[in-house]
Amino acid sequence: MGMTIAEKIIAAAAGVSEVKPGDIHTVELDHLMSNDGTTHLTIDMYNKLKNPTIADVSKLVWIVDHNVPCDSVKTANSHKKMRDFAKEHHIQFYEGAGVCHQVMIENHVRPGELIFGADSHTCAYGALGAFGTGVGCTDYLYAMVTGKSWVLVPETLRFNLTGKLPEGVYARDLILTIIGMIGANGANYMAMEFAGEGMKTLSISDRVAICNLCVEAGAKTALMEVDEITLEYLKEHGREPKHSFKSDEDAHFAKVYDIDLSTIKPIVAKPHFVDSVVEAKECFGTKIDEAFLGSCNNGRIEDLRVGAEILKGRKVSPLVRFLVVPASQAVYTQALEEGLLEIFMQAGAIVMNPNCSVCWGSCQGVIGANEVLISTGTRNFKGRAGSPDSFVYLASAATVTASAIAGEITTADRL
Amino acid sequence: MEQFTGKVWVLGDDIDTDIIIPTEYLALKTVDDMKPYAFSPLRPELAGQIKEGDIIVAGKNFGCGSSREQAPEIIKALGIKCVIAKSFARIFFRNSINNGLLLIEQDALHDHVTEGEEISVTVGKEVVANGTSYAISALPQNLLDIINAGGLVKAMRKLNGLD
Repeated sequence: MGMTIAEKIIAAAAGVSEVKPGDIHTVELDHLMSNDGTTHLTIDMYNKLKNPTIADVSKLVWIVDHNVPCDSVKTANSHKKMRDFAKEHHIQFYEGAGVCHQVMIENHVRPGELIFGADSHTCAYGALGAFGTGVGCTDYLYAMVTGKSWVLVPETLRFNLTGKLPEGVYARDLILTIIGMIGANGANYMAMEFAGEGMKTLSISDRVAICNLCVEAGAKTALMEVDEITLEYLKEHGREPKHSFKSDEDAHFAKVYDIDLSTIKPIVAKPHFVDSVVEAKECFGTKIDEAFLGSCNNGRIEDLRVGAEILKGRKVSPLVRFLVVPASQAVYTQALEEGLLEIFMQAGAIVMNPNCSVCWGSCQGVIGANEVLISTGTRNFKGRAGSPDSFVYLASAATVTASAIAGEITTADRL
Repeated sequence: MEQFTGKVWVLGDDIDTDIIIPTEYLALKTVDDMKPYAFSPLRPELAGQIKEGDIIVAGKNFGCGSSREQAPEIIKALGIKCVIAKSFARIFFRNSINNGLLLIEQDALHDHVTEGEEISVTVGKEVVANGTSYAISALPQNLLDIINAGGLVKAMRKLNGLD
């Protein structure tokens, strides 16, 4: 029986020749990423163990991105705990360098790796053909101390992509369409694999946007084949694959979906669920108070270019706060060099340092009661961006920017 | 086989981790400080009403969203004996076991149970509500051992002879 990409990565990490869905395997992990969302809890638990040690410190990457710079004394103390521990144990440590998943993709992730991240959007690493999965801090601690963990081999849902996205339609619209189609738990415990001719039309940035959001369909991980586009990205970043896996011809998929990219339309996910998706036109005219362009989902240079292109020569509505947050220092620097940040600032946007920002609803830009946010962030749960009585719509960088200009939800072609 | 009864609180589908504990309260020092805000975006009064030994019954995809482990910790700290749902999101499922919170998957109960009702649970066998028995499957013994120890870290401490 052939194997899927997810099965091949688990088999390699478990040191066995074959695995099948439902099997539980002990696996060796390649990287362990943790951020300031929960690392302080991991440290507290570590200190409760008897003579604890770190199995392989070279695998650990700790990233302060959720509340950076600090928004309160409480966070400052929690960051200090993380910083001091990282220094004492020689753990690779980033602070202010960007959103954790973007930092990992730019600097660490290799195809074929099995990676645990103490953050649900770790599935983004599938864009580079790695099995990334989100875990809580106890699972993280166990992996940090032993270098290993257990995984249940997931079933795989396969998405065969053909064609090309139309002008004005983006990877974000595609993944929201898919989540709407299969539902918020449509891939619960499963892997989502993307393949087909259509992949050739999707950049690494597009691929990250797709894989990153798969957890919103409940997926354990998302995976894509390694191709020339992947290898080119890795080369630019000075890395090589660990393994370049493809699913076998006779691999078993729980379900196969065929999607023609040319049929995808601009999409909006309405409050308060990511699978509550409609065509953007159904939300036209909804007044907004804030717009957010950023996050691990859509804060890359490609997204900023899309936003800046629409904003050039226009102004942000005086009734809207438009927050622009590059996903990493590398993205920030490039946007600066390309003159994009100047376009944003001249148009009246608020450009901020790389961090998770309002996507996680604690750092900056939180919204008050009855306020409406349109966001390229990852979630629109009730209260996610601030007040429990506020409303979050999710959309592409283009739709968010167009809405920031219009003061209401719209798409760029209507400006 | 462990058996218990408890009063039921009924919640809907897709109860996400931002409902269980909103981000703004995660900076509070302890889980006990956070627990008054549990479920606050949905039902601000609920955390104050939950008593030790109560049971949550919910629809599909309970615990979807972030990997924040405070979510199962807070449910446990509120005194909830177990959560019975049509299905659980996977990160939440692992986090609950690791924190000693018992989760039970049951597809039909949610459609027939009323809030405030007393139900009885025989772990690994059945839930009885209003005279009707709903079958539940057994969790593997190693996972039950972790839950019974109060979570993975406590289980490791026990193994190490620290507790």
